Amino acid sequence: MSTEGEQEAGSIGTAAPAAAPSVRRKPAVLALWVGLALVAVWILFLSRGTPAGPAIAQPGKFLVTVLDGVTFAGLLFVVASGFTLIFGLMRTVNMAHGSLFLLAGFIAIRIQQAMVGKTRNIGAEDVTILDWVVPLLAGAAIAALVGVVVQQVFLRWNQGQELRQALITLAISVILADQMLREFGGLALTMVWPGEVTHFIEIFGQRYATSRFFMLGVALVVGLLLWLWLARTRMGMVIRAGVDDEEMVRALGINISLVFAITFFVGAFLAGMGGAMGASFAGVATGADGQWLLHSLVVVIIGGMGSLKGAVAGSLMYGMVIAFSPAYLPSQYTFYAVIITFVLLALVLAVRPYGLFGRAA
Amino acid sequence: MTGRAVAPATATGLAVVVIALLLLPQVATDFFVQFVMTRVLMLGVVAATIVFLAKLGGMISLGQLLSFGIAGFMYGNASLSEGARGLNLGWNPYASIAFALAVATVVALLLGALASRTEGIYFLMLTLVYGVIGYFVFSQIVTISGPGGVTRIGAPSLFASPLRLYHAGVVLSALTYLGFKLLGRTNFGLALQGVRDDPVRMASLGFNVPLHRTLAFGLGGFVAGLAGLLNVWWNGQIDPASVNIGPTLDVLIIAVVGGISYFEGAWLGALVFVAANTYLRALPLVDRIGITEDRFNTLIGALVLLIMVLNPEGLTGLVDRARRVRRPRPAEPAAAAVASQPSVQSALPAQPARTAGTGDSSPANETKGTVL
Repeated sequence: MSTEGEQEAGSIGTAAPAAAPSVRRKPAVLALWVGLALVAVWILFLSRGTPAGPAIAQPGKFLVTVLDGVTFAGLLFVVASGFTLIFGLMRTVNMAHGSLFLLAGFIAIRIQQAMVGKTRNIGAEDVTILDWVVPLLAGAAIAALVGVVVQQVFLRWNQGQELRQALITLAISVILADQMLREFGGLALTMVWPGEVTHFIEIFGQRYATSRFFMLGVALVVGLLLWLWLARTRMGMVIRAGVDDEEMVRALGINISLVFAITFFVGAFLAGMGGAMGASFAGVATGADGQWLLHSLVVVIIGGMGSLKGAVAGSLMYGMVIAFSPAYLPSQYTFYAVIITFVLLALVLAVRPYGLFGRAA
Repeated sequence: MTGRAVAPATATGLAVVVIALLLLPQVATDFFVQFVMTRVLMLGVVAATIVFLAKLGGMISLGQLLSFGIAGFMYGNASLSEGARGLNLGWNPYASIAFALAVATVVALLLGALASRTEGIYFLMLTLVYGVIGYFVFSQIVTISGPGGVTRIGAPSLFASPLRLYHAGVVLSALTYLGFKLLGRTNFGLALQGVRDDPVRMASLGFNVPLHRTLAFGLGGFVAGLAGLLNVWWNGQIDPASVNIGPTLDVLIIAVVGGISYFEGAWLGALVFVAANTYLRALPLVDRIGITEDRFNTLIGALVLLIMVLNPEGLTGLVDRARRVRRPRPAEPAAAAVASQPSVQSALPAQPARTAGTGDSSPANETKGTVL
């Protein structure tokens, strides 16, 4: 939700001098670029003995890895943009974001099963585009409603008490996780992509599922709509103003409470959409809530809390790391892939403590 | 600063509690002492490190269970010689203890350094990420653990019996409590509270803000590591699931239920948590209303929600408030002079959220000395 003006203000005026040096640290930045260059050389020429092999010799594998990263980044963006939208305006860290993701995923699966008329062995050919879109929207809408209820009942009256709000949403996520375990069981459930998008294409001799492109397309549409909403509508203008100076917006006679509720609705809706997409992409099960809370956190910590641009950048970087590290680490060490995520996080934080596009609270 | 380091009442109270705990095995069942209370003491120490970082440093950390786990995993890796998994270094138990604590502390210092330039909610989120990444590290890197964890870990002979472990828990808890209380009065502790209240001002005064935070986080990791050692001896094994996001949040819940600005609250919260976890299933009629042991998390979540909505200071805060009502205006000159206990007054004030960014250090900062 950052605008150009806000970025300027963020980097010049409001950064706390002790905590966030606004002067770029030259050696750290240099080290970052050298590190990136080394990684590029490794991937291009040296990575013999890795699952993918050097990009020069195996361009198909390289391209597929890039596509994996970009398409997964699309899903990351949908989920994390909701998280960052809520935080940007209200300074509320919604620890139940992952729970809303999981809830919508489960509900969308149930609705799809009801629409298709069978609960097991649903093939892609059984599913029309409507059988996918309607569950997606319904699941997301229910997640959004739950989100709004939570906001109205538990968060509305303690606005600004960030840590209290974080703990309240944390408690809600514990309750939701337990109730979902009761209702949906502990087994992984999968939503089925519509038959229209379930094909395979050949890329340099590698088979690739078109459903991943479809997922990326949905994410791009979401991103575009979100950007139009924030940049081109009156409501978006109010939200951007609220991010910068909530008191002033209130003083101008704008009903910011309504704006808060709508923003929370949209943020939770995005978590829910992500849930249905994630359920189609990899299935959902108990524990996905914590995992997607982690994904959202990593994306926004890298990109900067409250920044839509940051969510894009964070999703792409994190998506790439997730796709590349298992493919380009030596085969016997691929289980160290998780460390690379942490290295990415550490590098970004060493240079910019509040993320690439973030600013101090 | 002529006041005693620890108020006499506190010292007496602590002595009474410690003696009572040491006598407990004479009156209580083995199950209660060795299964319930040992866990309470270990979890209490971990929760106390959260309270320490929150109360003195203003940092809510979700990384404490990670240090707890690191110490356990490292002890298992170092001490075993032919375990099913892990490095199997086969070291002397006491060398393994030193190694485990060293790794836990160094990792905490490094992670603390990385997080030291963030504060508030960012710190919370970053430490949550630490905890979850730590889980993945142990569950995926098969050379040190893998999903099955490290099993058949024996305790050093000194701690071999369950009763010894219980006593060790009592001693560790008392030392932790006393140590953290005393630390608040040292130069380091006072500077840490200054960093909590106004980092910008402290930086202007020449204090190294990130260093203070890093050292505090390192100390928290060390103490949590001590508890982690007890845990791994008590359990005989450790697996990655025990440091996953669920248990990580449980420890924060313990601190919050007990009262995050009270050291006593850490152990009180642990007692409530473990007792609820252990005895709830035994209560008659509970399953009639749909709350069985399987739904324990719903209950604990509802409890936290209730506490955060009604009284964010937790159970100890409630006790404290009741005492104040009964005995209005207690004389607390020492506390007021050192200004080390402002958080007792209000744990969760409305923070001057966005206005603080404009750079004016408002007079509100004087009273802002709070945890949350």
